[in-house]
Amino acid sequence: MSGGTTEYTIVEDGSFTAPLELSYPYKRTVGPVLSRFLTGLRDHRIEGTVGSDGRVHVPPAEFDPVTGAALTEWAPVASTGTIVTWSWQPSPVEGNTLQHPFAWALIALDGADTNLLHAIDAGSPEVLSTGMRVQARWAAEPSGSISDIECFELAERATGAAS
Amino acid sequence: MSDDVLRIRTPIGIKYQYSAGPRVSSHLHGLMDGRFVGKRCPTCHLVYMPPRNGTCAKCGCLLGEDVEVGQRGTITTFCIVNVPFLGQTIKIPYVAATILLDGADMGMSHLIQEVEAADVRMGMRVEPVWRPRDEWQPSMENVLYFRPTGEPDAAFESYAGQL
Amino acid sequence: MRDVAIIASAQAINAATTTATPVEMLIPVVNQVLENAGIARADIGFWCHGSCDYMTGQPFSFVSAVDALGAWPPIIESHVEADGAFALYEAWIKIQTGEVDTALVFGNGRSSSGDINRILTLQLDPYVVGPLWPDDRSIAALQARACLESGVVTERAMAEVAMRNHHNAISNPYALRRGDHTIDELMAAARVADPLRELDCPAHADGVTAVIIAAGDRARSLAKRPAWIRGIDHRIESQNLGNRSMTTLPSAAAAAHKAGVGSDKIDVAELHAPYTHQELLLTSALGLGESTSINPSGGALCANPMMSAGLARFAEAAARIMNGSADRTLGHASSGPWMQQNLVCVLEGE
Repeated sequence: MSGGTTEYTIVEDGSFTAPLELSYPYKRTVGPVLSRFLTGLRDHRIEGTVGSDGRVHVPPAEFDPVTGAALTEWAPVASTGTIVTWSWQPSPVEGNTLQHPFAWALIALDGADTNLLHAIDAGSPEVLSTGMRVQARWAAEPSGSISDIECFELAERATGAAS
Repeated sequence: MSDDVLRIRTPIGIKYQYSAGPRVSSHLHGLMDGRFVGKRCPTCHLVYMPPRNGTCAKCGCLLGEDVEVGQRGTITTFCIVNVPFLGQTIKIPYVAATILLDGADMGMSHLIQEVEAADVRMGMRVEPVWRPRDEWQPSMENVLYFRPTGEPDAAFESYAGQL
Repeated sequence: MRDVAIIASAQAINAATTTATPVEMLIPVVNQVLENAGIARADIGFWCHGSCDYMTGQPFSFVSAVDALGAWPPIIESHVEADGAFALYEAWIKIQTGEVDTALVFGNGRSSSGDINRILTLQLDPYVVGPLWPDDRSIAALQARACLESGVVTERAMAEVAMRNHHNAISNPYALRRGDHTIDELMAAARVADPLRELDCPAHADGVTAVIIAAGDRARSLAKRPAWIRGIDHRIESQNLGNRSMTTLPSAAAAAHKAGVGSDKIDVAELHAPYTHQELLLTSALGLGESTSINPSGGALCANPMMSAGLARFAEAAARIMNGSADRTLGHASSGPWMQQNLVCVLEGE
């Protein structure tokens, strides 16, 4: 934890107020399932775990949502998919992979039975609609995290080939 | 060792606007003026210096009137710091003491200097050494440290209730 | 099971910003609820607090909240890192153990300390969702669009929810946002997180709510008409947004079933649904019909003090019983993205 104050203001009732930034430089161990998933992303490969009902979970579920059993079977899925729902982020915030207005979306990747939350670089909300095809744009410098997918882009407008 | 992703960095950072609250702020205004301003509990009449978070924890009530205390006080208890640690700015060994300012009913913590650590005693009378006035902030750091006044030690009975 | 009732409540007027420390905010409300109940601090058997350190930006801030209680001689107290309504659930269980007969439950939060939409990101999965920093509105907007496009809700129905709550809040002195709006005006408003408009989103507030509950004859001696807790249940859904229904709330439905909501008519329901589309989903999941008055207080849409908005719903639902204007009411609290957690409480008069 780190914190600190820099400057203060005295408000109407005489109270001192000051900006305070709290930051925690957490590191998390990811466990075997997310390790495989994130290692895959680093290598531009998306995989999910297969549930007892045959459903493919992306991001991978560590335990079966129905039976609670540990999941060990994996299935590759595509880096292309379909928009299930979306919303528009007009003012990106610190930590977003895109720093210009973009869409948030749940994306059903081809071969997956659950949805992945990620950003879509679409330019404007007017061009977006549910059901559109998207493909992953990989980050220039992979780090072994969900941000190794920088964002998704609309398939028909994509400039790079899907990997 | 494999180069699989085993952990991820997930720093979190939030910017806040901290408010000291009106009661603590009257204390901070005092410090800007070179004075120790505490507050009296309207229920048990104890004088809190500093006025904590504006409340008397014993009674569960808001603190009331301002009470200027000190500036001299009595060391009720102390420890000698011999252990170096990251960020330490004072030469060891040094003394951190609980000081009961004259007129206050709660001790406060501060540094004792201008005396050998081995010579510091319970009951020793001390006074503040203030920073140059143009460096004053709404902070107890306006006081660099406390030093012995040379007065006779306070009688044990006068601070026994603080221990 | 011991019969337990809500016998008193108190709320702070919800504010957009506050200069007081969290403890300074608590004390007047704790004092007020004790006065409303007509009992002394020493008569409280158990104290239970709901708050969240991320809201104030002060680690272990919940410890200093004990300063509001006058914890000398020592008291029996507990804390949940959640809305005060979940603290009420703990207190209800504490009374069930037979160890105590009364409990004072309180929840508080200063949503204005930081960017609340960003702070709420911290409740998401920290491995593959949180690192992207989606904010609370954006997450809610994903659900809203799914509901709209599947036909579960309509933009007009959402606007009607906003219109009714803001109108109801006119008569709620504690509300932060209130006023009369027309459907046309609401539907013409700009979208702040497409498809959501400003008045589809909660009025985040700084607030405090305190409630006193008591068992059996103790409750009867303290209140003319106690609001008896006839059923209370808490259910949770998956944290994995990509594997949850966006258009139904099975956890709310399950909690309602276990709490016995459907066994008789509900006169008034106070629902902790922060977004307009969520109120529609929740009303449906709880099985509430035309005969139930929804959110006469204006609900969380018109004042959403973090960590006390749910307890405020319980307080409002109980107040209708205690003042005799209703016989059977429902208090609801939620937590998490897309109302991941649902706590349902059925209250009745005698």
